[in-house]
Amino acid sequence: MANEKGLFAMFDPLLVDLSRLQFALTALYHFLFVPLTLGLSVMIAMMETVYVMTRRTIWRDMTKFWGVLFGINFALGVATGITMEFQFGMNWAYYSHYVGDVFGAPLAIEGLMAFFLEATFVGLFFFGWERLSARAHLAVTWLTALGTNFSALWILIANGWMQNPVGSTFNPDTMRMEVTDFMAVLFNPVAQAKFVHTVSAGYVCGATFVLAVSGWYLLRHRHVALAKRSFVIAAAFGLASSLSVIVLGDESGYALTDNQKMKLAAIEAMWETEDAPASFTLFGLPSLTNHDTAYGIHIPWMMGLIGTRSIDKQIPGIDQLVDKAKGRIRSGIVAYDALETLKQNGTDADARSAFTRHSGDLGYALLLKRYLEDPRQANDQQIDQAAWSVVPGVAPLFFSFRIMVLCAIVLLAVFAISLWHTMREEEAPRWLFRMAVLAAPLPWIAIELGWFVAEFGRQPWIIEGVLPTFLATSALGVPDLLLTIAGFTLVYSVLAVIEVKLMLAAIRKGPEVAGVIEGWHPGTAEDVALSPQAGE
Amino acid sequence: MIDFLFSYETLRFIWWGLLGTLLVGFAVMDGFDMGVGALLPFVARTDIERRVAINTIGPVWEGNQVWFILGGGAIFAAWPALYALSFSGFYLAMFLVLFALILRPVGFKYRSKRASRTWRTRWDWALFVGGAVPALIFGVAVGNALQGVPFHLTPDLRPIYDGSFFGLLNPVALYCGLVSLAMLVMHGAAWLAFKADGTVGARARTIGPKAAIVSAVLFAGGGLLVWTGLLGGYRVTSPIVWDGPSNPLRKSVVADGGAWLANFQAHPVLWLVPALGILAPLSAAAGFRAGREGLTFLASKLAVAMIITTAGIAMFPFLLPSSTAPDHSLAAFDASSSRATLRTMLLAVGIFLPIILAYTAWVYRVLWGKVSEKSIEQAGHSAY
Repeated sequence: MANEKGLFAMFDPLLVDLSRLQFALTALYHFLFVPLTLGLSVMIAMMETVYVMTRRTIWRDMTKFWGVLFGINFALGVATGITMEFQFGMNWAYYSHYVGDVFGAPLAIEGLMAFFLEATFVGLFFFGWERLSARAHLAVTWLTALGTNFSALWILIANGWMQNPVGSTFNPDTMRMEVTDFMAVLFNPVAQAKFVHTVSAGYVCGATFVLAVSGWYLLRHRHVALAKRSFVIAAAFGLASSLSVIVLGDESGYALTDNQKMKLAAIEAMWETEDAPASFTLFGLPSLTNHDTAYGIHIPWMMGLIGTRSIDKQIPGIDQLVDKAKGRIRSGIVAYDALETLKQNGTDADARSAFTRHSGDLGYALLLKRYLEDPRQANDQQIDQAAWSVVPGVAPLFFSFRIMVLCAIVLLAVFAISLWHTMREEEAPRWLFRMAVLAAPLPWIAIELGWFVAEFGRQPWIIEGVLPTFLATSALGVPDLLLTIAGFTLVYSVLAVIEVKLMLAAIRKGPEVAGVIEGWHPGTAEDVALSPQAGE
Repeated sequence: MIDFLFSYETLRFIWWGLLGTLLVGFAVMDGFDMGVGALLPFVARTDIERRVAINTIGPVWEGNQVWFILGGGAIFAAWPALYALSFSGFYLAMFLVLFALILRPVGFKYRSKRASRTWRTRWDWALFVGGAVPALIFGVAVGNALQGVPFHLTPDLRPIYDGSFFGLLNPVALYCGLVSLAMLVMHGAAWLAFKADGTVGARARTIGPKAAIVSAVLFAGGGLLVWTGLLGGYRVTSPIVWDGPSNPLRKSVVADGGAWLANFQAHPVLWLVPALGILAPLSAAAGFRAGREGLTFLASKLAVAMIITTAGIAMFPFLLPSSTAPDHSLAAFDASSSRATLRTMLLAVGIFLPIILAYTAWVYRVLWGKVSEKSIEQAGHSAY
């Protein structure tokens, strides 16, 4: 399958597309459950804190009820997370070899610091009510919540490095990226921005869920005491979190690297560099063939403020960034040539020094592998082609970003209105609760689109500027991929249906019956057999 | 001293040991969960019995499973070439393992949510698959590693697997799968005997000794396979450079049936490990019969640890030998991460592993005591 004549041979493009499809499917699906886990774990811990401080049992009932819903969701987060941990090795073997020295460490530390914490204590959260004192149980709940948040931290340190690969260098002896400064990887500004943004988004998700379910109860005058308190907590927590998610959006990291700048320019469909501060295109129809955006509605200054947090720094446009990529491709070809020489003779001092000077651009030369076997033979037209390949799909990014931001702003308004009404003396109006129920899908839409903007916007790179996605797959056959994609789709769909049904049934049933949640009454034909003697 | 401790050579050796520790940790901790899953249809027949069996592991299996996840992460961080090659090479086998393991979290959580008998029986089968299938496949994987796996590396170190899924299912590898399954069934039975009251515990005490004796006999038979050279063996013929760059293409290796005995012959004290691999399951079998559940479970843990360690020692310094291009085999001295990463990760393990062990011990202490039909009925909805 692999062409073994030159270094870095490319695979069947269909295999690459299928590998990407599989990763996107499993990651997006996993990410349906994770944000809710993040948000609910913290909210449950807050409710239990109130219980331990006031000893009013309503707060314990709330903790237990939301805990049941948390548990149904947590199980699928864990189940789908198993796939994620191994998928890099299964479908992205060359990626795993190429960057495992850097990327593997945060993943392993995530296991040590986060997964053990949440998974060990989540069992006691459910099973420990009778065995632990109230304070000890509260500690267990907070440790579970802490574990889920640590997990977000470490996976985003890993992901931040894919977007901004700091603290590492290519080693020609081992043909891979190796760590030079672990602290730089740890305190990567892109990772920090992503962490705050993603965790806040998770809190918004949890708050919206609690708000919607409580609103549904209040509309029906059921479990009013529990629902009222939950509604207020959700509104307050949601308001703070949605402010954080918007104000601390992860665009602050977008000024850092060429690809991040490109992502920003593509989100904005900004073809030419504008004078600072750039305007924000509220809406328009971007066209890759004409290099312009038709029917644009612009808001002056806005983009400059979002992208640079200043009014005097320029944001480069797509055309300028493509020109810059051409220069980096030519520099990368020098690195590639030196690497080929080093492969023949590892002690060639000239080649080693040339490689050291240009190794930062090696990835750009590898972009040419899509068009020809040996990047050193590339003509101007091919270099042009490769340079244009660094532009991700502008239209999908442009629209996804706008829908995400719109969802966030609507949610902010929903939380603000909810909190304002609950603070007033008189009875809250019914439309308030209806609005809360209707808002339920918004965080998931925003979160999935946010993932898409971050990762689709990273294309054509799997590691920005270092390794193109099309070189990173495993040496698998298309049938292997088709089989596992079909398998995962089938299993995940069945589990999704079951989870949604259980969740809705648990919500319908309400807090008083928190364990067995469907109304199969003992004595029906089906259940007679459940008595201890019947099965023998 | 610090220089010696953190030299590339020492770090690689320590990480070889830590790889073994994590695999043993996984087999000892999550092994009894898988064993309970595999035993579920046999030790528990009615719903309340199944609930007893499930609730012995209900609060702890989730933490135990993290040993598996951590194993994946640690191999990625410390042995990236092994991570890249093994999971893409064993692609469909790995898919089966994931499929089976995905069933467990949902199985535990969702089974008790409805009282319907069909519903619960279906999840019982899911839990059975989630226990038995990985137990078998992990053994098959070790069997293939011992024989050598058909793969080669391109000059840019891209791993290319040259075999097929069905090639993995050769008789010798399947035999190793049976060793693993028997061992984890013994381990699950030892846990149930220790933790489950009443009928479930009694059935575990009947099945346990049989599984333990089968484990000991199959493991000893595996020794014979090594002796005859059927279970492979590889030898490094070029000088081993322990502190060189991680590039598996710079050594010479030959296939040599019987080479897996070389480490034991060179250091006879190592024979203690396989000896305990036979004696420990036999003591577990005796323990089951004598009704000493605590000691039985300890013996079972020791058995699991020693059986896995035997395979590790036999292969040292190999991690994954290649049957089609032996020179490309992955070894502890040429398939690791950089020195900096190994050092950082050692620090992380040094800080977090003791903390993990401490709170895990605390959780088991809180949950101490037998699970009985009565305790399940009393616990009501806070049990599975």
